[in-house]
Amino acid sequence: MFGWEFPPHILGGLGTASYGLTKGMSQQQDMEISFVIPKPHGDEDQSFLKIIGACNVPVVWKENNWDYVNQRIGWIMHPDEYFWLRNGIKYDFTRIGTNDLGCIDFSGRYPENLIEEISNYEAVASVLAHQMNFDIIHSHDWLTYPAGVFAKQISGKPLVVHVHATDFDRSRGQVNPTVYSIEKRGMDSADHIITVSELTRRTVIEKYYQDPQKVTTVHNAVEPLPNADSFTKTPRQDKVVTFLGRITMQKGPEYFVEAAHRVLQKTKDVRFVMAGSGDMMNAMIDLVAKRGMADRFHFTGFLKGRQVHEMLAESDVYIMPSVSEPFGISPLEAMQVGTPTIISKQSGCAEILSNTIKTDYWDIDAMADAIYSIVKNPAMYKSLRELGREEVNNIKWYDAGLKVRAIYNDVLSHYNK
Amino acid sequence: MRNICFFFQIHLPFRLKRYRFFEIGQDHYYYDDFQTEDRVRNVVEQSYLTANRTIADMIKSSNGKFRCSFSISGVALEQLEQYAPEVIDSFKELAKTGSVEFMTEPYAHSLSSIFDHNEFEKQLKLHSNKIEELFGKRPTTVFNSEMIYSDEIGEIVSKMGYKAMLVDEAKYIMGWKSPNYLYSHSYLSKLKLLIRNHKLSDDIAFRFSDHSWNDFPLTAEKFIGWISSLPEDEKLINLGMGYEILGIKQHAGTGIFDFLKALPYHAMEQQINFILPSEANKKLDPASNLSVPYPISWVGNDKDLTPWTGNDLQQEALNKLYAVGERVRLCQDKALQRDWLILQSSDHFRYMSHKDAYNTNYDSPYEAFINYMNVLADFLERVDAQYPTTIENEELNELLKTINNQEKEIEELENEIKKLKTRKAKKTE
Repeated sequence: MFGWEFPPHILGGLGTASYGLTKGMSQQQDMEISFVIPKPHGDEDQSFLKIIGACNVPVVWKENNWDYVNQRIGWIMHPDEYFWLRNGIKYDFTRIGTNDLGCIDFSGRYPENLIEEISNYEAVASVLAHQMNFDIIHSHDWLTYPAGVFAKQISGKPLVVHVHATDFDRSRGQVNPTVYSIEKRGMDSADHIITVSELTRRTVIEKYYQDPQKVTTVHNAVEPLPNADSFTKTPRQDKVVTFLGRITMQKGPEYFVEAAHRVLQKTKDVRFVMAGSGDMMNAMIDLVAKRGMADRFHFTGFLKGRQVHEMLAESDVYIMPSVSEPFGISPLEAMQVGTPTIISKQSGCAEILSNTIKTDYWDIDAMADAIYSIVKNPAMYKSLRELGREEVNNIKWYDAGLKVRAIYNDVLSHYNK
Repeated sequence: MRNICFFFQIHLPFRLKRYRFFEIGQDHYYYDDFQTEDRVRNVVEQSYLTANRTIADMIKSSNGKFRCSFSISGVALEQLEQYAPEVIDSFKELAKTGSVEFMTEPYAHSLSSIFDHNEFEKQLKLHSNKIEELFGKRPTTVFNSEMIYSDEIGEIVSKMGYKAMLVDEAKYIMGWKSPNYLYSHSYLSKLKLLIRNHKLSDDIAFRFSDHSWNDFPLTAEKFIGWISSLPEDEKLINLGMGYEILGIKQHAGTGIFDFLKALPYHAMEQQINFILPSEANKKLDPASNLSVPYPISWVGNDKDLTPWTGNDLQQEALNKLYAVGERVRLCQDKALQRDWLILQSSDHFRYMSHKDAYNTNYDSPYEAFINYMNVLADFLERVDAQYPTTIENEELNELLKTINNQEKEIEELENEIKKLKTRKAKKTE
């Protein structure tokens, strides 16, 4: 598998989904997964799969002795493996800047030169494809499609691409042509495409012109929260309504602000929290001030790790008004700690959740109405809290893993015939 | 001789409009007339008119031998009067044949029999009056909303003077008993109970056009054959269903109307009669009494009340609504009284069900709840404006009595003054 992120060092939902899916799949006894990421930190959970750091795979032949390699990367990769992989170098990649080991320094993030990093990733894929033994290639999101495609060309093994998001989701329709072409090429070359929701599936079919037969939806799931009970809600006078996520166009923060304005016209004992950061944050602060409700509307900045669950657990309502959300894992996380949720119908997770309130992202009235109802009606709060938690605890990655397996089996049975 | 007792139920709720919380206190009109009318016209054209015509034909061709009964909720009658008066006319025609009986039910198709007994009695009276006014005959049989029945409800009904009530065949109530006898109330033998034959009713209502059913296709001959092969002493077969089954669930193309038309002929061939509920309770003797300690309904396999009262949302809405029952009944405000009735229709609560939101016009039970609670909040504010909640019910009652008796008292006092004046005049003479 080619991925870009893996917990604990994650920047978005992709890492969480990669982790959950591979963990769910590893419960199948006859499944062995090697997961390639640009730059591992060494503290990843490798109990159920093998992590290969692309930054430790040589792409240019450099003579080094065992001790030196051990001293350089021994903490994360066995030197024997380094030398073994070095035998897989079949092409000349000297044009790429490499270090003394012949490896590429990846940032593992989303840097300015992302396109260059993506193509460097391809070089790593070629080495791996030559040297390793595998049955199927699985690429997570557009960043890794070129690597997957190259690996397929070299090894002749089937390629499955996993669409966690498309550029149409990220840009509200204003697609970046470079990104689109990478995505399109990846999908065209794939033997099967997995999408995280029907919504994304339709985008893939309609905007990327893929054969519907070749596109299957496997909804994401959520990792069980082992210490769910440790997150408690402090009793307070005011109710808390929370938006949590990147404050960008895709997430629809302005609809949340407007809905808050409606609610505050009718009742005073509600507070609104916008957690996260993003390019629209300042605009949102302005809007809140303009609506004259800065005393009831709070910005927390970027939250991570435990803070996220704490914030969710302290909230009375979690709201996700995303304009376009391929899946959207955070409502499921909110439900795990027993927080009622309101989500837009334009989110992929709306397809599998029933104990939540679904509105159109632009329907501020409906959103305000739902917020009002949850904070004013204890019965509503209680129902959503209890049934929601029960529902989300039954959405398991193991089941998603089985679906992926069925796709693998199907692809393999048709391949090379 | 064996008897078939056919009965049909009609109920249409007034649909609520999308009512947002910021309209609370501003807008006191709660209904989506367009949606309501659309639904009425739809069901009238697809079902009621054709079905009424079929039944009229059946009565005519069997020389009045075919008989059947109806229970039409008060709110449904109001909608028919407003949007489809031709249906009311055609029911009046049916009433004139004498082969059709109209039963009574809570006016608003409400759950008042469970939550508010005074309201239940009031709605039964209101509905009986309406039926008498429209069809000329006062009902004697009760068909409670959703066939809800318990010993307690039976007792209220019996004390009000009604003679019979319809009850569904719930396995855990009937046990080994057959539904095909007349029964009586557990301790008030005056009230007779007619038990709906669950299997035979659903054969028509749900399985008639089911191709995967072993007995498909169902013919009138076959159906009557089943009835005539029942044990000799099982005299009363009660068949009941929603009227819109004829034409909608089983649409005309399935041949449901031809099936019906053929029934009287085959029944007579097998010496089977048709009978009305009021006749059944006179002609037949009850086989035994029937004890129903907990309320049952006619929905689903469980036959309980969970489709309306099963979850927290429904409980909350019902409790909030019925908490003001007594107060609303004290009010004189006509508009408030009417909203009170319409808001009680059981459908509003059914839409909030997680497991069985039959016929809902909402995307989820939560939306149904949000909308209903907004409407209810406005309604409760109006009730509060009439009689503030700070005053206890009893105190309020006393105050109202004083106000209502004011005139009488003034009159009495005036009379006294007159008397005294005349006496004084006499004295001075």
